[in-house]
Amino acid sequence: MQKLAIKVEGLQKSFKGLSVLKGVDLEVEKGSIFALLGTNGSGKTTIVKILTTLLRPDSGKAIVGGFDVNQNPGQVRQAISLTGQFAAVDEMLTGRENLILIARLRHLQNPRRIADDLLNRFGLNEAAGRLASTYSGGMRRRLDIAMSLVGNAQLVFLDEPTTGLDPEARIEVWKIIKELAAGGTTVFLTTQYLEEAEQLADRIAILDKGKIIVSGTLAELKKMFPAATVEYIEKQPSLEEIFLAIVGANQEQ
Amino acid sequence: METTRTYFLTDTAIMLGRSLRHVFRSMDTIITVTLMPIAMMLLFVYVLGGAIQTGADNYVNYLLPGILLIAIANSIGYTSYRLFLDMQKGIFERFHSMPIARSAALWGHVLTSLVSNMISLFIIVLVALVMGFRSSAGVLEWLGVAGMLALFTLTLTWIAAIAGLSAKSVDGAAAIAYPIHFLPLISSAFVPTATMPSAVRIFAENQPVTSVVETIRALLSNQPVGSELWLALGWCGGIVLLAYLFAMRVYRRAN
Repeated sequence: MQKLAIKVEGLQKSFKGLSVLKGVDLEVEKGSIFALLGTNGSGKTTIVKILTTLLRPDSGKAIVGGFDVNQNPGQVRQAISLTGQFAAVDEMLTGRENLILIARLRHLQNPRRIADDLLNRFGLNEAAGRLASTYSGGMRRRLDIAMSLVGNAQLVFLDEPTTGLDPEARIEVWKIIKELAAGGTTVFLTTQYLEEAEQLADRIAILDKGKIIVSGTLAELKKMFPAATVEYIEKQPSLEEIFLAIVGANQEQ
Repeated sequence: METTRTYFLTDTAIMLGRSLRHVFRSMDTIITVTLMPIAMMLLFVYVLGGAIQTGADNYVNYLLPGILLIAIANSIGYTSYRLFLDMQKGIFERFHSMPIARSAALWGHVLTSLVSNMISLFIIVLVALVMGFRSSAGVLEWLGVAGMLALFTLTLTWIAAIAGLSAKSVDGAAAIAYPIHFLPLISSAFVPTATMPSAVRIFAENQPVTSVVETIRALLSNQPVGSELWLALGWCGGIVLLAYLFAMRVYRRAN
């Protein structure tokens, strides 16, 4: 039991009669990267919100960092940190001020030093004194994740951390996540991208219409599917191909 | 809960510091909240004031309480706006997933409104002094004025909090300010109610702003406040309590 950072059983949640989670079970081992894969509206964010004590489940049990989210939300909050779906940085504060704010709210000693360390680690040193509103999407996400690492939570939730980032920024975020896990932090990550799960995760669960339909390691998941087959796929022509086809046809006439 | 409760004051103070920075970094807020009422005061005193008969020998003396209330009414749209942005941008979610007192985030905004209003009201009073405002009020009366203004600010701020927490768009969040802007205009803040047509006069004489204006005016001119004080306290106390309870409900439900 203590090897598990998260244990979820029979989690259900509905909003105004619409059932979003229909009995979700999952387990995340300590120190691993767990990826929850699913399309938009599959319920990923709802799970993250329940596990981070932002929402109460209708039924089911969720143990996070050794504590029940319903009974001991305060203890759970001590153990976790959340990077939500949208970079939740304070745009009217500078990068450094954002980090100091979180360090002070976590009642840590020496907030300034903590901020400087993280600014260094995330390559935000030069931008540290600028308002976060002037940051690019990638920088904002880096600051956002850095803010989640203030206080070294043992369990980090990242809700679609790379959605909306350009490929370069995405690779940067992947690197950060790998480093986190290498340092012993448990990472719970949601994503819509198969490639992201494949790149990062020790274990992957696929959520569809409020239920986990498969879960396992990447190797296990691959085994569950039939061996590679040849498929014929109808490919829609691109605008370029349409253009060339029309131009070509005209020239032949 | 025990751990978070002990930190409520510290956390609220940190939140207050954070959103006061927002206020001081946004020129727009400072202009609307402080400079606009000053411009209005200049306009009323030096352009319109000569034609307004208030019975007072000094129109600035008559006008100042109303200008102070206008300044407060101008500011509360920003409270809604800042609250709305924090909700929308996931900043509240971040705070609420941390081991801090949950209501600290909301109280931070409310106290920001109180502190920034007190600063801008102080500046407006200084300008009024330059324009010839004089008061025979003693320390106690001035404390009474400050208390009345603080209560009025809290009343409007909690109403604004409901709007900010439940709005679906930025425009919706700020819209609360518009009807509230009109309350000081349709009161005894700028002109005595006696010259108004009867329907308007009945409204003006029986709405909360008039009793607040009359209370502050009486305190500043060192006159007995009479029943206006109890009316003002009743209005503001009742509304602030309802608005607080309702805002807290919306806050808990939204988060």
